[in-house]
Amino acid sequence: MNSVIFTAAARLLVALLFVFSLFMLLRGHHLPGGGFIGGLIGAVAFIVYSLACGPAEARKALRITPEVIAMLGLGIALLAGLFAFFMGDPLFTGQWYWVGGDSYETAAFSLNSVLVFDIGVYLVVLGGILSLTYAFEEET
Amino acid sequence: MSWVLVMPIAVPFVTAVVAYLARYYPAGRWISLGGSALTLVASAVLMAAVLDQGVIAAQMSNWDAPFGITLVADYLGAVMVVITAITGLATAIYALGEIPEHVEGLGFHALFQILIAGVTGAFLTGDLFNLYVWFEVMLIASFSLLVIGGGKERLDAGIKYVALNLVSTLIFLSGIGLLYGLTGTLNMADLRGSVAELENQGLVTVIAMMFMVGFGVKAAVFPLFFWLPASYHTPYFAISAVFAGLLTKVGVYALMRMFTLVFVGDVGFTHEILIWVSALTMFVGVVGAAAQTDFRKILSFHIISQIGYMTLGLALFTPLALMGGVFYLVHHIIVKANLFFVAGLAKQYAGSTDLNRIGGLYKSAPLLAALFIIPAFSLAGFPPLSGFWAKYLIVKAAIEIDAWFIAFVALLVGLLTIFSMTKIWGMAFWKPHPDGIDPTPDRAPPVVTRAMIVPIAGLATMTIVIGFFPEPFVQFARTAAEQLLDPSDYVTTVLGGQP
Repeated sequence: MNSVIFTAAARLLVALLFVFSLFMLLRGHHLPGGGFIGGLIGAVAFIVYSLACGPAEARKALRITPEVIAMLGLGIALLAGLFAFFMGDPLFTGQWYWVGGDSYETAAFSLNSVLVFDIGVYLVVLGGILSLTYAFEEET
Repeated sequence: MSWVLVMPIAVPFVTAVVAYLARYYPAGRWISLGGSALTLVASAVLMAAVLDQGVIAAQMSNWDAPFGITLVADYLGAVMVVITAITGLATAIYALGEIPEHVEGLGFHALFQILIAGVTGAFLTGDLFNLYVWFEVMLIASFSLLVIGGGKERLDAGIKYVALNLVSTLIFLSGIGLLYGLTGTLNMADLRGSVAELENQGLVTVIAMMFMVGFGVKAAVFPLFFWLPASYHTPYFAISAVFAGLLTKVGVYALMRMFTLVFVGDVGFTHEILIWVSALTMFVGVVGAAAQTDFRKILSFHIISQIGYMTLGLALFTPLALMGGVFYLVHHIIVKANLFFVAGLAKQYAGSTDLNRIGGLYKSAPLLAALFIIPAFSLAGFPPLSGFWAKYLIVKAAIEIDAWFIAFVALLVGLLTIFSMTKIWGMAFWKPHPDGIDPTPDRAPPVVTRAMIVPIAGLATMTIVIGFFPEPFVQFARTAAEQLLDPSDYVTTVLGGQP
């Protein structure tokens, strides 16, 4: 697509979409959001970029192939689930460590395995969607 | 405790991730092989736990049943997991010889491991929606494996396969939705009680039929089997062996589980239909095989015919029949995967799977001929091989309740199976090669044929062992059948102390 306006706007949009996708990822679990929707928005950012600059350029911007991103995400999500083993809980039991309190209401923030799982989902969705759309774009 | 149930699913998933990252290196295939061996160990541990404690269950994420996802293993579930792991290991060895490097680079091993994880998950889950998810995992992985390597024929087969399987999962999913609307639960153990209490049993029977159709497509019973012979003869032999061994059996397992645990309110209606479906499946499958001249197409039609015996075991719904069904399930997976392995090696030697274009294998590969005889005659039900005991139990169960016609059909189909097997024997092994050459595996180095013959020999040994020492296996199948017919253990273990 050879539109100067679109290419110029894409630079702004991509950054904005990407930040928004990370925001959605971090907002998840307690509020609407999470890894799946965040991953979709992140994928949209890269799709906009590939529409503006071509799939070859977009692949370069991604640095790693989308398939590998998806598999890494699967691995991270699995690790988050398997982590419960060391705490003596069944698979995928959420492990929470509250900083400055003991619950969602009182603590400043928390370290937990749920976010790690969500990051895994984020990467699976991002990688999965991008490997599909890149394949379609390169075909034509 | 709960990790015993998780490991047979988690190990292949982890293996898939690592094998995918190493897909361009020779290490990738060894990781896959090692992962398959570990899966077998994990499955053996699960089996030991089940033998020791009876039914075991675990609540994922600590969400209590019936709200969370439950993993549960009874005798049937455990034996299916073990047999899946055995088939997986055999295939991983076979793949060392057969799968070319560029296909490995596309992620063959990762997809294969995900397929095994999906099959294992379907056998272990105690949650209906989770079962649907495992079906999807299997479908995606198997579709990719079916078309991997490319080519018009494979794509054609893949589209037929995925389209018809999607229809089946949609029907299955609609059934799940309706059942959830009626009862408000998807936990299978919980459903048993809730479904029995419903006033509108007519609607339950309708939903039961939806499940029968959904699982029936997966299991390839008459008249829903047409996707199977259209697709199983195209992929790599290692892949078609896994498909032939495991995928349809997941459908049979799901039928067995749902129609012993949940849909038992109107056995006279649902299981009567299953009896006739089974009889027609057996007969149509074997007649279809008689018309084929391709090694793998004959075997594909025989899968269908054999599925009939297993569903018949469920349909007759007596302890003996279910016992025969479980025994048949286990015996068949070993034998069928092995026959597809043999077909692959026969092609390696003789250059084709078209029986009109090959021959002379008996003279040039006597070991392969001997190894073909074992699964082939076991399939046909020759004593003392494993298939004899399986057929014996089913036919005896049919005669016991005076279903003479069904028993007659089962025996007739056995006879026709021998006809097909002798056709392969005569055309591929005995008759001279039509090109007048001695078939040799000249296209492949000896290390390849060695990798391919090891799993064939291993599975053939298992067939012989089951055949000569059937007692422990029959005892095991008896307990499995008892648990299926009286699932009170299953229900209480899953639901814990709750009412």
